[in-house]
Amino acid sequence: MQLEEARIVQHTEVQGGYRLLVMDAPGIAPQVKPGQFVHLKVPHLGEALLRRPFSIFKAGEGRLSILYKSIGQGTNTMKYLQPGESLDLIGPLGNGFPIPAEDTLPALVAGGYGMAALYLAARTAPVRGLAFFGGRKSDDILCVDEFEALGWEVRIATDDGTRGKKGLVTAVLDEWIGQKGPAVVPEFFACGPNPMLKAVADRAAAGGWKAWVSVDRNMCCGVGACLTCVQKIRTPDGGWTWHRVCREGPVFESREVVWDE
Amino acid sequence: MNNTMTNEIDLSVNIGGIRMKTPVMVASGTFGYGPEYADLIDFNQLGAIVVKGICLEGTKGNPTPRTVEVTSGLINAIGLQNPGVEGFVRNYMPFLRQFDVPVIVNIWGKTVEEYEEVAARFDQVEGVAGLEVNVSCPNIKEGRGLFGTNPDMFRRVLSAVRTRTRLTLIPKLAPDLSHIGSFAKAAEECGADALSLINSIPAMAIDVETRRPKLGNVTGGLSGPAIRPIAVKLVWEAAKAVKIPMIGIGGIMNANDALEFMIAGASAVAIGTANFTDPGTAMKVTAGIRSYMERHSLTHIKQVVGTVKT
Ligand SMILES: Cc1cc2nc3c(=O)[nH]c(=O)nc-3n(C[C@H](O)[C@H](O)[C@H](O)COP(=O)(O)OP(=O)(O)OC[C@H]3O[C@@H](n4cnc5c(N)ncnc54)[C@H](O)[C@@H]3O)c2cc1C
Ligand SMILES: Cc1cc2nc3c(=O)[nH]c(=O)nc-3n(C[C@H](O)[C@H](O)[C@H](O)COP(=O)(O)O)c2cc1C
Ligand code: FES
Repeated sequence: MQLEEARIVQHTEVQGGYRLLVMDAPGIAPQVKPGQFVHLKVPHLGEALLRRPFSIFKAGEGRLSILYKSIGQGTNTMKYLQPGESLDLIGPLGNGFPIPAEDTLPALVAGGYGMAALYLAARTAPVRGLAFFGGRKSDDILCVDEFEALGWEVRIATDDGTRGKKGLVTAVLDEWIGQKGPAVVPEFFACGPNPMLKAVADRAAAGGWKAWVSVDRNMCCGVGACLTCVQKIRTPDGGWTWHRVCREGPVFESREVVWDE
Repeated sequence: MNNTMTNEIDLSVNIGGIRMKTPVMVASGTFGYGPEYADLIDFNQLGAIVVKGICLEGTKGNPTPRTVEVTSGLINAIGLQNPGVEGFVRNYMPFLRQFDVPVIVNIWGKTVEEYEEVAARFDQVEGVAGLEVNVSCPNIKEGRGLFGTNPDMFRRVLSAVRTRTRLTLIPKLAPDLSHIGSFAKAAEECGADALSLINSIPAMAIDVETRRPKLGNVTGGLSGPAIRPIAVKLVWEAAKAVKIPMIGIGGIMNANDALEFMIAGASAVAIGTANFTDPGTAMKVTAGIRSYMERHSLTHIKQVVGTVKT
């Protein structure tokens, strides 16, 4: 983890309000593990003080990129960032995804920016498996070509049926679970809205499989100091304790998570 | 390292017996227990580290969401989640002892007896320089309501704590007192060595679409630049009432903000919310104070403190 003044080298519109921001960050980039994030200080944000967390989409050759959607004050202001400007980053942060266990078939499940958050995991996984992508409409489905280029089979669902199957991502997921045959033991890696994570956790629990979920929580410090981003995690004695999503997370084994919020 | 020219400027302060290299500290609750920021900044350049509030047995704190960003500030309702005295001493003190920086422990309790017990325990702990007594947290019922704003309880807590520790005792005053001077005076009479002010200010934010409070705890405490002018005024008033040194806190983002507090009468300052924006704020504030002094041909920070021309 370190502070770095990164320099923007590319900033382009992707689709559906998503933008790709590529930065020179020679300090942070070589340290990145799949599923980690950076805490970004948005310039020109006036009276808004807090940094914003973004999953690291790609990292390599001294560069970092994020894929973000404009949804509020900070991300709307980010739209106007220009190549050449510097950005103050803290990273890489969080624990990241583990390497898929041997004898399992990795299954990625993503909604929204989850597709970006899972890309590095897809690239480094020793075995290619399936990737299940969900969104409201076709514009929300990102990076399919890139996952396919890595050798992943991508299955898609959209709420309005404009791409892939009509419905939630769980529709394509359940279809596959029903067909896959008992010899295939999936291990899930999921990032997206919390209800989606819970749905994946339920399926993993029912099948007796492992699921790793990357939890989204509002953040403040991003480094574990303020205790804003806490998530209830089960303890061996049957109780629970808070874990900091920015420090002990954002990735948790789904059976540990208490899904009550 | 300092260069020879800036070496002539003396930034060191003595806050109720605690010697600090610079008057710029980090505030309780915004710096965790230390390790969180260890990769990012050099602790030896801080005036002191004030750790997150500790009570006797520890507590889980409030439900989420625990913070919300507002105009020029932040409302927090963490609820003083902490590992308790034992947990803190075991898990964090060995780490904190490695640095050449005073450690001040922020303490609180639900009863006078708990405050006393916590103070007594820390009195025995190697490496603790002082106790900041939180009688002003807006996020627990017992905090402000009982101890921080009731003059009798305030005196009882502080006198009790004083009898149980030789450590530097720094009450942290509640911010919304109409008579901050008399509370400051009371603290001094009870044996306080210094004062911290201010804590975050009771506040609330509502989501107009859902009509729900934005915090799990409904209300919280406002911090950040939004509260700074209020804090400066309270420090100025308290400074007139007492002789003990004051630690000015509230929305400090840069050296000018810090200087405002010092000119109003604070001998030191603590950086809170700004740590979230930029973990290097404290160092930048120290550097900025140094260049201010250079610019004004001052050699000792004492030449700044309490010099407001009114
Ligand atoms: C670990 C992690 C990884 C993320 N990765 C990505 C990513 O790769 N791409 C992407 O588009 N988005 C990502 N997000 C969500 C992104 O952080 C939010 O969209 C962003 O903070 C919204 O800021 P805003 O100012 O535009 O919105 P506002 O709603 O105006 O923000 C107000 C405040 O709430 C906080 N906040 C709001 N929404 C979120 C949220 N969902 N999570 C955390 N804090 C929030 C902001 O930090 C800010 O303090 C990630 C979130 C987390 C926790
Ligand atoms: C997230 C958060 C947690 C805090 N926790 C504590 C605490 O445990 N004890 C305490 O005395 N003050 C606590 N404070 C108050 C700060 O120490 C400080 O007094 C206040 O935030 C005003 O300073 P600032 O505007 O620079 O943040 C907390 C503040 C924040 C923002
Ligand atoms: S955001 Fe501060 S502890 Fe996680």
